[in-house]
Amino acid sequence: MEVISSIRPLLAVMVSLIAACLIVLTGERARNLRELWTILASVSKFIIVASMIPFIIQGKTLEYTIISLAPGLLLQLRVDAFGLLFGVLASTLWIATSLYSIGYMRGLNEHAQTRYFFCFAIALSATMGIAFAGNLLTLFVFYEVLTIATYPLVAHKETPEAIKAGRKYLAYTLTAGVVILLASAITYRLTGTLDFKPGGFLAGHASADMLRFLFVALIIGFGVKAAIMPIHEWLPTAMIAPTPVSALLHAVAVVKAGVFGVLRVILYVFGPGLLHDSGLWLILAYFVSFTIIGAAMLALAQDNLKRRLAFSTINNLAIIILGAALLSPSAIKGGMLHMANHGFMKITLFFVAGAIYVKTHKENVSELDGLGRQMPLTMGSFAIGAMGVTGIPPLCGFISKWYLCLGSLEAHEIVFLFVFLTSAFLDAAFFFPIVYRAFFKNPKEDVNPHFNEASMFMVIPLMTTAVASLVLGIFPNALVHFYEIVTLAVQNILGG
Amino acid sequence: MGTIEFIISKYNYWIYVLLMMIGFYAMIAKRNLVKKIVGMNIFQTAIILFFVSTGSKKGASIPIIQNGHGDVVSHAVNAAQYVNPLPHVLMLTAIVVMVSTFGVALALIIMIYRKYGTLEEDEIFEMSEILRLRK
Amino acid sequence: MITHAPILIIVTPLISAFFNILIGLWRRWLCYPFVITVLSACVFSSIAILDTVINYGTIHYKLGGWTPPWGIEYVIDHLNAFMAVIVSFISLIVAVYSKRSIEQELSEKIVYFYTIYLLLVTGLLGIIVTGDVFNLYVFLEIASLAGYALIAIGEDRAPLASFEYVIIGTVGACFYLLGVGYLYIVTGSLNMTDLSQLLPNLYHSKVVLVAFAFLMVGVAVKMAFFPLHVWLPDAYTYAPSTVSALVAATMTKVGAYVMIRIMFTLFKPYFSIELLPVTTVLGWIAVVAMMFGCIFAMAQSDLKRMLCYILIAEVGYIVLGVSFANRMGLTGAILHILNDAFMMACLFSVAGAIMYKIGKRDIKDFRHLHRKMPFTMAAFTIAALSVIGIPPTCGFFSKWYLILGAIDAQQWIFAVALMISSLLSAIVFFRVIENTYFEPRVPVHAHNGGTHEEIKMDEAPLSMLIPIFIMVAGILTLGIFSGKIISNVIQFAVPASF
Repeated sequence: MEVISSIRPLLAVMVSLIAACLIVLTGERARNLRELWTILASVSKFIIVASMIPFIIQGKTLEYTIISLAPGLLLQLRVDAFGLLFGVLASTLWIATSLYSIGYMRGLNEHAQTRYFFCFAIALSATMGIAFAGNLLTLFVFYEVLTIATYPLVAHKETPEAIKAGRKYLAYTLTAGVVILLASAITYRLTGTLDFKPGGFLAGHASADMLRFLFVALIIGFGVKAAIMPIHEWLPTAMIAPTPVSALLHAVAVVKAGVFGVLRVILYVFGPGLLHDSGLWLILAYFVSFTIIGAAMLALAQDNLKRRLAFSTINNLAIIILGAALLSPSAIKGGMLHMANHGFMKITLFFVAGAIYVKTHKENVSELDGLGRQMPLTMGSFAIGAMGVTGIPPLCGFISKWYLCLGSLEAHEIVFLFVFLTSAFLDAAFFFPIVYRAFFKNPKEDVNPHFNEASMFMVIPLMTTAVASLVLGIFPNALVHFYEIVTLAVQNILGG
Repeated sequence: MGTIEFIISKYNYWIYVLLMMIGFYAMIAKRNLVKKIVGMNIFQTAIILFFVSTGSKKGASIPIIQNGHGDVVSHAVNAAQYVNPLPHVLMLTAIVVMVSTFGVALALIIMIYRKYGTLEEDEIFEMSEILRLRK
Repeated sequence: MITHAPILIIVTPLISAFFNILIGLWRRWLCYPFVITVLSACVFSSIAILDTVINYGTIHYKLGGWTPPWGIEYVIDHLNAFMAVIVSFISLIVAVYSKRSIEQELSEKIVYFYTIYLLLVTGLLGIIVTGDVFNLYVFLEIASLAGYALIAIGEDRAPLASFEYVIIGTVGACFYLLGVGYLYIVTGSLNMTDLSQLLPNLYHSKVVLVAFAFLMVGVAVKMAFFPLHVWLPDAYTYAPSTVSALVAATMTKVGAYVMIRIMFTLFKPYFSIELLPVTTVLGWIAVVAMMFGCIFAMAQSDLKRMLCYILIAEVGYIVLGVSFANRMGLTGAILHILNDAFMMACLFSVAGAIMYKIGKRDIKDFRHLHRKMPFTMAAFTIAALSVIGIPPTCGFFSKWYLILGAIDAQQWIFAVALMISSLLSAIVFFRVIENTYFEPRVPVHAHNGGTHEEIKMDEAPLSMLIPIFIMVAGILTLGIFSGKIISNVIQFAVPASF
């Protein structure tokens, strides 16, 4: 594999950091200018990330060493196929989210908007850093930055509940952080390196007990952000945050960073071979299967729309991890594809929840009767997103779930096929009633039966992402070459 | 060597330990600040005594070399004839340090007395609470 | 000039302390620029020394041309040179910062303040460069005496706190002196290099053991190592803000340096590791210190007092690193000396700036402070994140090496303790951050945002902000460049046998 030294990954990280500084300096005085920085940064970030796609598709790797700390210990950015997948996903969705944020924050006349956009930009920098981190230490550095940058976003409303949610978020994620730190330090002492290697670098360096400990520690560490049950509690609580934050947390940055970390650990630190030989994969697989079913069941019981979406997220994250844990080529491919696809679909759903809230101040599923008449575009997008998450063709969720099911057959584990199918069934059970209520039930008195959409700043992003999930379902390789990138990543890992 | 002989032969150490403990006791147990300083002084003096006594030798004289001046010192110096001067010199410095510590401590006591009008520790604490409440 | 830098670094502030009085009597306002010039000279010569040490190895400077072991010798290797740069740099930065705060708090005593300030720096630098155990005692007392005086001019119960410090500090110094005495009895030498060669034959002598114990206890008092820390919270809380910033950043670190010297230079490493269970005992006490410091910090409502307890915990970190007695652990400890000097100087300076502006130190009074003093609070937040150990701030990197040290020493409990204490410090600091940045409101009004009462920005003066931000820059960059610092300096400061 050819390695090219390039500054592009660093630029991708830095661009939003610079924007964050500009946002603070501009402040509340010139709101339009401040928002301009956000949009400029998101667009240029996307362009930088997109410019790396051709290199990766040609099978090259981009690398930038920030500084060397000790032999074998670098702060290094390295763009490989899997990292790029996450990078492209995050930078694409950031454009949508920034536009939507502007509409949402202005629509509600929220306070502390400068802090909000500042933290948002920092969080995106950290996400890029996570995506392009070349080793476990670099990943950890950006992972902690992400934790800190998203904390003010979670507690944004500054109500007692919001502050409590912020505390809970910090308690979970910082604890996870030190666990990762300890595990990385041990890994470093055992192997003398932390560089990610497709297929893992830990094999032959540790005793079976130590391997088990490291696996549990790293999975717990990243699993907190990936909201694996039973360490998922912070996520539904964090729903108190403004909707764009929830959208960011769920679809783009935080939970995906957790899943990304878990996948890095499974595929690039331990490696499929080692996990298969030690049997650890099966334990993880059963564990996340429990999460898949459990989260879907809990989602059925939620009336608050955002909380229902939160549990659906927990369910989908576990599906992605299960894909990787099954270790078969199609399952890994499905998991990675689902990471991207779920991003598009879930962000649509959250955008819809936010738009409903801004327009009508409704938060609960039971209040949505007949809303389809008032907000047809919004609710239509919701229907697309919901069908996608359930896995109905021709939406993109179908493709990833198809590969996941294939993967479980390849792994000769029929149990997990049923897990995937049950989960899809439950998905339908908790999403379709919402669509049904919105379009087929008669509106209650407080719903305006005439066309009255939210601001275009919000409707356009949410329709775009909905359309994108449709397009990605029909042409999985469209625009940003997700399918090709994923295939490459799987090839690298499995040495194909 | 018998126990008593052992004790007697090291009498300088016993004295310094005793003095040190007296000083230590005063520093910890006395409630009056001046008494604390006096204790501190005894404590320090004990250490000076310890140092000075380590330099002494039986039958040795003060460390001034006779006929040491002149063109060349012709004879070798027999160290056993002289007391070791170095600990004494060290203690000169240490005394300076101790005197300055004493001075600083006294200055502090004056400050405290001006502020609280007393030198008894418990009364000072009471007074400082009163002052804080008044603020 | 450069060949005499080891002595110049001490003599310059010492002589200037006396000139300072004369200058002050003539023109009061000249004191401040004069002190800045002097301290800049110190920084310059310490950097020159460090440069020489890096390029040509250890410097042996014979005072007055007397050859050791009779004369006093200044021995400067990588460790002292590194410490000298830290101390002189921090004292320069804090001196720059002191201008406005001293004008407000001690307008009558500016001249004397700076005189004693220079004496304190003299003492600290003297402790660092000397290679003679008795000379070290003298400098230790110079620094302490200056410290007593500086703390005593603070507010509220400062004289009383200072008096307590005098009593306990003197006991510590006397213990150290006793240790020196015992070493002298058995070896007849006071020179560190000489002692380290003479002592190994005597390691089983009871006298040497007693001497070691006295030396360690004496130093532990001076560095406020748990459980001999009782004087610290009161003394540093009531001291003037500038003084707290200086002594918190340097005094305890210099104590830690002396401890490293005693354990690994004066005595051969195997004495404190194999012959005595010193490292194990120190490790456990250090863990208790870390937990104790963090837990007590949680209970404080006074910002400065809270920082004092954090400082006690930080001393625990350093000693823990020393107690691992391996390359990684000691690297972490020495790196943490540097990082902690910056973090503590920054945090106490911020506390001082807040005092200067709003006159309050109670955390409850900090609400809305980020609107009034956005830059100061940003600095506070970054320094706090560094104490917690969030990358990429420097605190993370020293913790990384400490954890590696724990792993190499197979001390799993200590590794876990390091993690727990960083979580505890997270609680401590996020309490303040939450209190400052968030304004809990009833949910009903949460949606009609933008209704805050207007709070005008009212920042601390630039002469405070610039030093604070230099320290923040240090906190942000020292960690990233820790690889360079370790490969150029710290790896040579660690005993070769590790």
